[in-house]
Amino acid sequence: MSSVLKISDLHVSVGETPILKGVNIEIRQGEIHALMGPNGSGKSTLAYALAGHPNYHVTDGSIEIDGVNITEMEADERARLGMFLAFQYPVVIPGVKVADFLRHAISNIRNPERKEGEGLIGMREFRKEIRERMDELGMDPEFARRYLNDGFSGGEKKRMEILQMAMLQPRFAILDETDSGLDSDAVRVVSEGLARLSGPQMGVLIITHHERLLEFNPPQFTHVMLGGRIVETGDASLAHDLHANGYATVRQRHPDAAAENARAEQPTTV
Amino acid sequence: MATDAPIKSEVEIGDYQYGFHDPTDNYAFKSRKGLDAEIVRQISEMKREPQWMTDFRLQSLEIFESRPMPNWGGDMSELDFNNIYYYMKAASEQGRSWDDVPEDIRRTYDRLGIPQAEKQYLAGVKAQYESEVVYGSLQEDLAKQGVLFTDTDTAVQEHPELLREYFGKIIPPGDNKFAALNSAVWSGGSFIYVPKGVKIEFPLQAYFRINSQNMGQFERTLIIVDEGASVHYVEGCTAPTYSSDSLHSAVVEIIVKRGARCRYTTIQNWSNNVYNLVTKRAMAYGDSLMEWVDGNLGSKLTMKYPAIYLMEPGARGETLSIAFAGAGQHQDAGAKMVHCAPNTSSRIISKSISKGGGRSSYRGLVKIAKGAENSKSNVVCDALILDPASRSDTYPYIEVEEQNVAIEHEASVSKIAEEQLFYLMSRGLSEAEASAMIVTGFIEPLVKELPMEYAVEMNRLIELQMEGSVG
Repeated sequence: MSSVLKISDLHVSVGETPILKGVNIEIRQGEIHALMGPNGSGKSTLAYALAGHPNYHVTDGSIEIDGVNITEMEADERARLGMFLAFQYPVVIPGVKVADFLRHAISNIRNPERKEGEGLIGMREFRKEIRERMDELGMDPEFARRYLNDGFSGGEKKRMEILQMAMLQPRFAILDETDSGLDSDAVRVVSEGLARLSGPQMGVLIITHHERLLEFNPPQFTHVMLGGRIVETGDASLAHDLHANGYATVRQRHPDAAAENARAEQPTTV
Repeated sequence: MATDAPIKSEVEIGDYQYGFHDPTDNYAFKSRKGLDAEIVRQISEMKREPQWMTDFRLQSLEIFESRPMPNWGGDMSELDFNNIYYYMKAASEQGRSWDDVPEDIRRTYDRLGIPQAEKQYLAGVKAQYESEVVYGSLQEDLAKQGVLFTDTDTAVQEHPELLREYFGKIIPPGDNKFAALNSAVWSGGSFIYVPKGVKIEFPLQAYFRINSQNMGQFERTLIIVDEGASVHYVEGCTAPTYSSDSLHSAVVEIIVKRGARCRYTTIQNWSNNVYNLVTKRAMAYGDSLMEWVDGNLGSKLTMKYPAIYLMEPGARGETLSIAFAGAGQHQDAGAKMVHCAPNTSSRIISKSISKGGGRSSYRGLVKIAKGAENSKSNVVCDALILDPASRSDTYPYIEVEEQNVAIEHEASVSKIAEEQLFYLMSRGLSEAEASAMIVTGFIEPLVKELPMEYAVEMNRLIELQMEGSVG
């Protein structure tokens, strides 16, 4: 049976500021969804809220995986249920080696009942796996010994996110502008990497301004966010149209949401 | 030792796993509480010391009594010198094999993993229990090459000339109140001599254990590394958890001769009722290298600033300091580098972590004396504060009497960033695991300087310290 990530009437505030005002999306394993929208529309807020960032408060609505309400769960519990966020700005963790971190993460994700201090996944098995995945992403094996994201270029950081996704094999992956700030070679590597990973076992939500990632990973659904709501949902052609023509016509079709978006854009909150 | 899963101790008192103790009623000798000339004479008599040492002790006692308590550093207002046993001898003889060591004591060292470590990767071991060394060993081939590794009391009897040339010369009793105290009542500690050109591949280790309540442990260590020789000495320290305080006040003197190399690693993990007030100093001569690796995890209050005097051109000094201050702890640690000759260089790297209301301070001195031109010094201190109740301070002192020198000082204070925690948790790590990983990463640059077994131990201790710290 394929899993479902169901986002229902989701309202999210950061501090006192409401940002999401009733978002509904349903993603099944094996589907690719594109999420588009102008700056300030709430795309990254949705990504953080789904992953369980403590500063993003759900004030109404719910997030469910296969009927299990995960709205109140901590980020690590969600991860163990198969949620993954590829960060727009991956965080540097000095002194923590990529391999040590990933071995720990995988041990928890593959054995969600694992208690602190219990054994980690076997070293030999882990090494073989990480080498294969790095090889597929064209990464130097030396990366496994580097400190997590420390001194990485923009492209290296994004590739590291995809590597983590490949190792953790989530049921639902959210990619928050994974293609931004990359040169075209790096976008290609990341796009191909995602294309290899996505399949019947993974539902994907791609947040993007660009078209390249979607060319390699054509979405079945395109959602347009404006003023904290999904205002339109279509297929791949909608994404294409937005790329070609921008958001002007969307704004015209949804003047209220556009006005809210304009207000949200002023203080650069999200 | 290096296993994938952290080993859980069978005995855990709070976060501290070495808090157990043995019965003390069958001790060979126990002085009465308190300190005066009679006690000092008694210690000296018990040890059948030559007159010069008895005199040295008595003069030191006078200096100790005449000096005021330091009015800086940590809070010592609860430290009561009259409520301490200054000398306790648990076993009547020192063992040459572990079988000779009384069973209670041997069991303690078994639990601390010392005999096991000795088999696996040590060139020699000294185990000090209360005031006396109860076990000693040294690899035969090193002994044949003329390496001396005894307790300092034995050295007074068996190597008086060599000992007397240096004893109390690097750190005279008048140096500070606690050096004077140690000089008056010292007992045990290691005496090491490494002859010219002898390079000892594996570490020599001393293990210091306090067992009794209100115990004072005052070991005295002297290490002489002759020209072109090298040694790595490691010490570990633990004590039982009691409600009343104990005192550990050591003096460590080191001479690193021309072209020689000495590394001194401490993993101090005293229980949280121990005042740890230690004076450590090394003199480094031409083209030698002296390194202090100083890990302070335990104790109630630690005041310790290992010093290196760079005496001749080309001498190098390096101190790596890790301090972890948990609830009820104050780690006032740091380093001193004194450049007395041209073309000398020093480096201090300090990393401190404060959590649960703990307080860590970096206190350091870099001094470039007149004439020490072309000297270089680099100081980096980073502090990590885990919660709002905890505190970190930096007191860097720099004294420069020469023009043409290069001194760098960098300091940073960071809090565990929410974004770091969230990032790791979004990959399935619990909050506690994520915090421990961030802390482990923070000290990684220092831990990787440790031999593997100690690095594993250090990381394990940090994990234990971090357990239950996040709600």
